[in-house]
Amino acid sequence: MKRRLLLLLPLIGFLALSLFLYQGLSLNPFHRESALMARDFPEFDLATLEDPERRVDRSLFTTGELTLVNVWGEWCPECKREMPQLLDLAHHHGVRMVGISWKDTREKGLGFLEEFGNPFEINVFDPDNELGFELGVFGAPESFLVDADGVIRYHHVGYISPGEVRDKILPEVEKWR
Amino acid sequence: MALIRTLLTTLVLLLVAGTVQAAGIEVREFDDPVMEQRYRSLTASMRCPTCENQAINDSDAPVSADMRDRIYLLLQEGVSDIEIRDHMVQRFGDYILYNPRLEGRTFLLWGLPAGLVVLGAIVVVLIVRSRKTASAQALSEEERARLQALINRERTE
Repeated sequence: MKRRLLLLLPLIGFLALSLFLYQGLSLNPFHRESALMARDFPEFDLATLEDPERRVDRSLFTTGELTLVNVWGEWCPECKREMPQLLDLAHHHGVRMVGISWKDTREKGLGFLEEFGNPFEINVFDPDNELGFELGVFGAPESFLVDADGVIRYHHVGYISPGEVRDKILPEVEKWR
Repeated sequence: MALIRTLLTTLVLLLVAGTVQAAGIEVREFDDPVMEQRYRSLTASMRCPTCENQAINDSDAPVSADMRDRIYLLLQEGVSDIEIRDHMVQRFGDYILYNPRLEGRTFLLWGLPAGLVVLGAIVVVLIVRSRKTASAQALSEEERARLQALINRERTE
């Protein structure tokens, strides 16, 4: 009898493998961890959106304060929907925010901030995807949480909903602050 | 005459439309055929980060274009294929590799098929062996007599 049960082993193995692979079907490929997780914010040297004469670099993120970096563009509708949440984070939760104006023109970028509000302490102007490439950005909006020592601690791909502010962003902010 | 003009205009428009479409993915000129081959295989082996399953040589997503630009630039600078691959993985993650690198984390992925083949071979060998030993066992005197009796009965019926 026992030997007979052994014959079921391949079937059980097959079912286990099927279940494992079936779960994979419902995974969202965009919810993958950034390659930069737990690594230093990359080096860069770019002008700010606000002032073409002013250059900024990595030292922007080693001020001893936790920073939420948001990659945005005027051409990106999701970025507009996201602005109320970012303003809330900056004004009601005291999160330091730095923007990256990505693949955009200066004129349009400044117009965007005027129209939708400006939660950012400063905006890095990256029209040619120089910094974006170093960060592995593949679409706007994307957000990175950078700790006080300039290490990337959390990565959010896409639009941040009000619910995600509460359930994901704020817990991460508290964790790394 | 009017018909011919219409036909000609349509033809010209079609041709123009064709060239516009082809502009989605740029054509690069290489002096060195080896470098061209390396460019082709590198861009064919990396998955576009934002399209679900398209190589970057086949995708007109902006991020793919930027990746092709970077690969081209690095090739011109004399960077090796492996370094270019690592350069991309450092930024966009393992996701972009169609062939994951062999390392501790991917050991199961690469090792499982070979492991299953070995396991299967072991099972087959065991089954064949047990059959051989079973058939090699000679019948006892008593069993032989019973067998003979059964055969005889069959014949007489």
